[in-house]
Amino acid sequence: MDLAVSCHQLKKSYGDVIAVDGLSLDVRRGECFGLLGPNGAGKTTTIEILEGLLAPDAGDVEVLGLRWQTDERQLRQRLGIQLQETQFTDKLTVEETLRLFRSFYDRGRSIDDLLALVELESKRSSWVVKLSGGQKQRLSIAVALVGDPDLLFLDEPSTGLDPQSRRQLWGVLQRFRAGGGTILLTTHYMDEAEVLCDRVAVVDHGKIIALDTPKALIAELGVPRTVVHEGTLEDVFMSLTGRHLRDE
Amino acid sequence: MTSDSSEAVAKRLPRGGAHPALVELTLARLREFVREPEALFWSFLFPIIMSVAMALAFPSRGTQPVRVGVPAGAASDALRAALGADTGIVVRDVMPGEELRLLREGDVNVIVTPGVPPTYRFDPGREESRTARLMVDNALKRASGRSDPWTAREDAVAIAGSRYVDWLIPGILCLGIMSNGMWSIGFMTVQARMRKLLKRLVASPMRKREFLLAQVLARMLFLGPEVAVPLVFGVLAFGMPINGSVLNIAIVALIGALSFGFLGLLLGSRVRTIEAISGLMNLTSVPMWVLSGVFFSSSNFPAAVQPAIRALPLTALVDAMRAVVLEGASLGAIRAELLILISWGVASFAIALRIFKWR
Repeated sequence: MDLAVSCHQLKKSYGDVIAVDGLSLDVRRGECFGLLGPNGAGKTTTIEILEGLLAPDAGDVEVLGLRWQTDERQLRQRLGIQLQETQFTDKLTVEETLRLFRSFYDRGRSIDDLLALVELESKRSSWVVKLSGGQKQRLSIAVALVGDPDLLFLDEPSTGLDPQSRRQLWGVLQRFRAGGGTILLTTHYMDEAEVLCDRVAVVDHGKIIALDTPKALIAELGVPRTVVHEGTLEDVFMSLTGRHLRDE
Repeated sequence: MTSDSSEAVAKRLPRGGAHPALVELTLARLREFVREPEALFWSFLFPIIMSVAMALAFPSRGTQPVRVGVPAGAASDALRAALGADTGIVVRDVMPGEELRLLREGDVNVIVTPGVPPTYRFDPGREESRTARLMVDNALKRASGRSDPWTAREDAVAIAGSRYVDWLIPGILCLGIMSNGMWSIGFMTVQARMRKLLKRLVASPMRKREFLLAQVLARMLFLGPEVAVPLVFGVLAFGMPINGSVLNIAIVALIGALSFGFLGLLLGSRVRTIEAISGLMNLTSVPMWVLSGVFFSSSNFPAAVQPAIRALPLTALVDAMRAVVLEGASLGAIRAELLILISWGVASFAIALRIFKWR
C-alpha cells in the first residue's frame, strides 16, 4: 500500500514526562487521518516529530517515502504545515505574507488561487493584525498550501473558532482532499474528526488506544446502551478511558 | 476551486511571481520597519536630539564665564566690584547655608569670603573650580594694586573641526549605528521567536542563512538616511567640516552597521523574552557607550585597559569614522579599525548561525 506517513515505535520524553510512548501509525496517500485526544495526550509532540521539527528519542519516521535525516530539503518542498499558535507578522498584508512564503518553494500555487481557495480575496490588502480569528486561521492554511503540497499537517486547525469559521475551514480542507491531497490532523473536537477524517487514531498518554474509521469506532464502542442519542466519537473516548475529552 | 488557466500560469512562473526568497525576506523586514513609525522616529531623530543636547550642554569651553559666589550683604560690596570688573567672571550672592549645595550642583565654581586675606572655598578635584579659583585670585590681586610685568598677546584659535561638537557628531552617528543595528535586529528576532513565527518559517523550505542575512540587509537600506541626517545637520547647524570622501564615510558606516547587525543577531539568537534581550543589549552596549570614546576621549582610561577598549567594535567604528570625517583619512589609514569591525561581524554571524534557536 502507498503510504504518505509511516512511523514505528516513536518515543519522546521531556525530563520525567513521557510525551510519546511507543506510538506507531501509517497514513495512506489520499486519506484524511485524525489524531484524536485530550490536551496533553502527546498529539502535538507526535505531529511535530512527523513534521521534522522535533527529533524523537527513539523510533523510525518515513514521510512520502523519505527520511528527515537525509532528505529534509526535498521533504520541506512537498509538505504543507500549519502549527498551533503561529502569529504571522502583524503589519504585513495577507498577500505579502503569502508571497513571502511562496518564495521559499520551487513550485506551487499562485497567490490568486490561494486567496480564492481560502476565501480571503477581499482581505488581500489587509494587515494580518486586522484579521479575525477565523481569517487568521484560513491564512495559516493558505500559507501551508502555498507550495502545493502532497501532504498537509494540521495541528488543531479549528481550535478557538466560531461554528461558521470552522465550517468554512472544513470546506477548504475538503477542497484540498478533492484535489488528491493527504491530510494528517490533530484535534480534540469529535465532530471535526467525524466530518473530515477517513480514519481516526484515539491517543491517550502518548499511545494509540484505538484506530479505525469514525463509523466503525462508534459502532464498536461508542453507543452506550443506556443513552438514547446516536453515538459519537465523544462516546467512544468515554468508553475507552472513562473520561471526557475536554476534561483535563 | 482553482482555475486551470491560472494554475498553469503559476506553474510556469518561477516562485509563482514572487521575488527570490532573500529579496522577499528583506522586503518583509523593511515593510515591518517602515510601518512602525516609532522605530523610524528613533532612527533618524535620536542622533539629532543627542547632538543638539550635547552641544548645548558642552559649548566650546573657555568661552563660558566662571561662576563665583559671594556672601549676600554689604560686606561683600568691594569683592563684588573687584570681581565684576573681569568679564570672564559672573558673580552671584550666596545665602548662608546654601554654600555646599551650590558648589555640589556646579551652580557656583568657587565661593569667596571677604577678609584679609579672603577665603576661597572650592573643590580642587573639579577642573572648572580650579580655573575659577585662578581667575578670582588674579582679579582680586590686580584690584589690590598688583602690577603685572607684561600682558601676553593672545592668539585665540577656534578651528572648525577641532571643536567639541565636531568631535561629538561622528561619535553620536556611530552610537546610532550601533543602537539601531543591535536593538532593531535583536528585538525583531526575539519577537518572531515568541510569536512562533521562526518555528513556522523553518517548517518551510526557507534557507536559514537567507533569513538571518535578510534581517541585516534590510537594516542596510536605512543606513543612508541614518548616516546622512546627523552629518548634514552638523554641517548646517554647526558648520562642521567634512574632510573625508562620501564614499569612505559610506564604507565605514556600512561595515559598522553590518558588524553591529550581526552582533544583534547573535545576542538575539537564543533569548525568548523581551526582558532578557533588553538586559543582554544593555549589558553589551552600555559599557561601550562609556568606554568607546563617544562623549569623552577613551584615553582617560588607564593604559592597562586600552588594548581591550581598542578591541571593542564601537571604539573601532568611532575612531574610523572620526578619522574619515574630520581628518579625511584614507581607508588604508584605518584598516586596523575596519579589520576589527569585520572580525566582530564575521564571528557573530558564524556563531549566530550555529547557536540560533528557531523554536
